[in-house]
Amino acid sequence: MDLIKPELGLIFWTALTFFVLLFILRKFAWKPILGAVSDREEGIRTALAAAEDAKREMENLQADNERILKEARVEREAMLKEARELKDKMIADAKEEAQVQAGKMIEQAQAAIESEKKSAMAELKSHVAGLSVEIAEKVVRAELSNKDKQLKLVEDMLGEAKLN
Amino acid sequence: MHSNTFKAFLTILFSLFFATSFADSKDPSEDEKPFNASELIFHHIGDSHSFHIAGDFSIPLPIILWTDNGLVTFSSNEFHHDVDGKTVVEKNGMKFVNLHDKIYQLNEGASVVSLDAEDHATNAVKPLDFSITKNVFSMFLSMALLLLIFLFAARSYKKSNNNMPSGIGRFMEPIVVFIRDEVAIPNIGEKHYKRYMPFLLTLFFFIWINNVIGLIPFFPFSSNLSGNIGFTLTLAVITFVITLFSSKKYYWKHMLWMPGLPVPMKLFLAPIEIIGMFVKPIALMIRLFANITAGHVIVLSLISLIFIFETVWVAPVSVLFTLFISVIEVLVVAIQAYIFTMLSALYFGQALEEGHEH
Repeated sequence: MDLIKPELGLIFWTALTFFVLLFILRKFAWKPILGAVSDREEGIRTALAAAEDAKREMENLQADNERILKEARVEREAMLKEARELKDKMIADAKEEAQVQAGKMIEQAQAAIESEKKSAMAELKSHVAGLSVEIAEKVVRAELSNKDKQLKLVEDMLGEAKLN
Repeated sequence: MHSNTFKAFLTILFSLFFATSFADSKDPSEDEKPFNASELIFHHIGDSHSFHIAGDFSIPLPIILWTDNGLVTFSSNEFHHDVDGKTVVEKNGMKFVNLHDKIYQLNEGASVVSLDAEDHATNAVKPLDFSITKNVFSMFLSMALLLLIFLFAARSYKKSNNNMPSGIGRFMEPIVVFIRDEVAIPNIGEKHYKRYMPFLLTLFFFIWINNVIGLIPFFPFSSNLSGNIGFTLTLAVITFVITLFSSKKYYWKHMLWMPGLPVPMKLFLAPIEIIGMFVKPIALMIRLFANITAGHVIVLSLISLIFIFETVWVAPVSVLFTLFISVIEVLVVAIQAYIFTMLSALYFGQALEEGHEH
């Protein structure tokens, strides 16, 4: 039967055509097409991975942000507290200082008053002494001018002085 | 809209099919004889040295013969459409006749071919025939189409800047990816599949396009190339040879001395496995040949019913059934190309198999 008898010519041409096709298509069609497809798939894969990475990074960043925010809040709190304490301490210190200073000033003032008083007293004393001497001089002079009186007095005094 | 275009296309296609069938039946030589359906069918599914277009009009194709005296070429026109061996063409001192679309060289001294009771030439030999027959012509056409389609497709990738295909490339890419992901990788494995991709892709598209060409019933299509045993034989042999060249030690060990079985069983299995090795490509060859030929035979038989019953009232039934079968054939031709490719990949995968625990 002709139907199932292969013809040599057709076998030859089929083989030739097939190999020519295989050669040309492999070089100019399958290689670029499969290359492009796999490149694209690779691209999609890397893009997906990158997106996943970015997402994770974003999450990390968000967590970081929150952490930093919390830390900042705590720090602020601490700083405020410190400042308050510092303020209190400063006020207390100033008060103390002022008190000490005031005490000192009072002391100094007292010392000054004392010394003034003393000098005033000394002056007064010297004044009084001078005055007394002057008075005494005047008195003595007046007294001495009266010879009789003087003699009398000396007599009186001699009379008073008991000689033992 | 696209489906409408497709439907319109199919309608034109089938109406032309019927037109050509009609043209055949009006052949004056057949008017005299009673209608012979099997002759018509075998004429249609067989190869031919001229491309019949319509009525008496055919395109002559070149005849290329390798004779004892070297290469002889001439146009099939010189036979004047004679396929009964009556017209003798003389070239380089050799006489040739065309007997049922086979070229015979008459023996020395003979001037007329003499036939025996079974219509075989008794005084002629068949030279090696490398003619561009209808099938070969159709194969070249398919090659041109494939090159056109895929070189354009490949170029569309190069033109885009992000590896995205356009035009025909966009249509072809899913099929290429299908062959890779559903045929090559599952059967051959991730490790080796890349080496076989060009072969599998070429095989698939070559078979498919020739199957489709066989379905289109007008010039320059309408050949029955993939339903020709020579064609399927060649492809099956190529698959077989590649299988053998791919085979690893494990493949032969598994075939000749099946591990893990008692010795008598091994002796029993070895010949079966060896036969199996040859049966696989033979099955490939016959499957494609038989499926495509059967499709053509069914369509032609349905059309022939009109002439067998000699009434036009059978025509609607024939047309309806032919349409039905043709639509199925559109599926079948794709499936057959797929099966041939998939089984080839499977055989390569088996040949490449490394030892594993049983």
